[in-house]
Amino acid sequence: MADTTQISPDTTSEGERTELGRYADKARIGAPSGTADTRAVIDGFTEEGESLPGGDDGVEQLGFKKHSHGNAPVVPEASRGERRRSFDLADFPALTGLEEDWRFTPLKRLRGLHTDALTGAAPAVAVGGAGNVTVETVGRGDARLGSAATPEDRVSAAAWNAFSEATVITIPRETVADGEVMVTVTGSAREAAAQHILIHAEAFSTAVVVLDHSGSATLAQNIEIVVGDGAQLTVVSVQEWDDDAVHVSSQQAKVGRDARYKHVVVSLGGDLVRLTPSSIFTATGAEVEMYGLYFADAGQHLEQRLLVDHAVPNCKSRVTYKGALQGDDAHTVWVGDVLIRKAAEGTDTYETNRNLILTDGARSDSVPNLEIETGLIEGAGHASATGRFDDEHLFYLMARGIPEKAARRLVVRGFLTEVIQQIKVPALEERLSASVERELAAGNL
Amino acid sequence: MSTLEIKDLHVSIDTEQGNVPILRGVTLTINTGETHAIMGPNGSGKSTLASTIAGHPRYKVDSGSITLDGEDVLSMSVDERARAGLFLAMQYPVEVPGVTMTNFLRTAKTALDGEAPSLRHWTKDVKTAMAQLRIDADFAQRNVNEGFSGGEKKRVEILQLELFRPKFAILDETDSGLDVDALKVVSEGVNREHSKGAMGTLLITHYTRILRYIKPDFVHVFVAGRIAEEGGPELADRLEEEGYDRFTAQSAVEA
Repeated sequence: MADTTQISPDTTSEGERTELGRYADKARIGAPSGTADTRAVIDGFTEEGESLPGGDDGVEQLGFKKHSHGNAPVVPEASRGERRRSFDLADFPALTGLEEDWRFTPLKRLRGLHTDALTGAAPAVAVGGAGNVTVETVGRGDARLGSAATPEDRVSAAAWNAFSEATVITIPRETVADGEVMVTVTGSAREAAAQHILIHAEAFSTAVVVLDHSGSATLAQNIEIVVGDGAQLTVVSVQEWDDDAVHVSSQQAKVGRDARYKHVVVSLGGDLVRLTPSSIFTATGAEVEMYGLYFADAGQHLEQRLLVDHAVPNCKSRVTYKGALQGDDAHTVWVGDVLIRKAAEGTDTYETNRNLILTDGARSDSVPNLEIETGLIEGAGHASATGRFDDEHLFYLMARGIPEKAARRLVVRGFLTEVIQQIKVPALEERLSASVERELAAGNL
Repeated sequence: MSTLEIKDLHVSIDTEQGNVPILRGVTLTINTGETHAIMGPNGSGKSTLASTIAGHPRYKVDSGSITLDGEDVLSMSVDERARAGLFLAMQYPVEVPGVTMTNFLRTAKTALDGEAPSLRHWTKDVKTAMAQLRIDADFAQRNVNEGFSGGEKKRVEILQLELFRPKFAILDETDSGLDVDALKVVSEGVNREHSKGAMGTLLITHYTRILRYIKPDFVHVFVAGRIAEEGGPELADRLEEEGYDRFTAQSAVEA
């Protein structure tokens, strides 16, 4: 990896943008490597990659705790693009928790999604709203299934091999959906189950599809999304599960020529929610926006790992994820992988993650990774910041006459509204705003 | 006409080394229309007085009283004090993530008045006040103090003073870190509000410089947690010439 340049890999960087042509043929931001000059300045990184301390023994600066990763040694992939993709479960070894993409996930709380046969009853799927889209329930032999997405991890592969029926939603060619497509996914069983949903926006169609998850479930899910040439598709995945739910969901989108794809994640409920949304550009001129909002309460684990794969020239991507945390052992994870492959000249990408820690005892991990294999791009950057709402903020607002609870709500509401506003479905925006208010009330904020 | 009365105030803070007394018996009365300057060397307790009046939780009142028109200020929460008419322009205003200035100002005004301000007048008032303080209009859409320079933060404090119209304004080293142009702008703002005749001002400063722009009626010299000397504006002139040495030497002898 001698030809690799390492630039500020970590999570406190603000608004970095790479300059054109500054880096060598293959420059990677956010991946371990070892040039001598950078080794000295990057805490926790060595020639072998990240060195992960067993405890929280890092250096504290200005009162901020040293950033820390999980507690296990990790062998990093050489490139995000080389991660294994397969429909065959046997291609993915049993998980140990040491894997790069599982290192933050508490496997014990997966309730067997990574070990057991997923034979439970899948949550009920009901599709309503738009009248001019096609909704089908098909058997696993349907040729369309698996065309857009290939499992990238063991749970996803297990789900692929276990589902019996899939829901296929098709927005026909050149059709503008005459309303939001509301897909309600309602769980009512604890047994580990698999589910498969395919959303196909055919060429030049326009639609908003809302996946609305609630109830109780232990679910491994694959959402396959095809965004046809010139199509404009918004997919919103809302997780308002009951407190005991476990949900692991791969949401891969294949984005066609000149398409516009927007993906919005809202994770509020559930014991453990782990989403892996990806956007894979397959032809030029497309634009992708990926938004996320998560609000973790005491004991909740909300994880999101994104991939934007710029494999073709002249595509644009923007990623904005925002999270709030409150209560003991509230844990959020955001990993944003952006891959600009050799061929993806003219790429324009920016990803950002912001976290707001409202109380003691919560933990937020944020890892933006940018891998660049060509210098001929428009722009590439990432930013991540995790701040806390502390007594000084509170004092400032209260000293202006604002009561304590109102002050806390003011801050959180303002912080999260930016993402909710991206949904553009007024009824859903209202409902989610109310849900955020409930979260605040539940946290006695 | 209102009166803010501080009587024999003793304040301490808890540190890792134990409890440390800071104010050792401060007595001070401010009436509407008056400007009091509190001056003193670093560590004399000036800012502690300001924060204690506002109710910062770090400061522990051991004895004494603070009353506003006879009402016990010390028994009020921080927000209650603000609603009672006390305003602290902070020495180090914090950045508040996620809240735009516009939203913050309107929320605070609503809390202070007990009702939302008329939207049309309010928007105009904010615009006018911002222009007078030479704050760029786009600051309204930025998060509270986020990325503002030191001077911008101080201007925003005075903006709030002008919009919230408190009975008593406590300016905690508002002049620190300002260049002379910003100092003038900020002083004009304070004078504008003061000249309306409904506000008393407690101006805390390390330097005499700001007193060229904001004329005090009374000057109190703070040393080691007490008022060491009081007088009219002429005392400030004397401090400008002699510095604090006379007082600090004295207090060293006493100690």
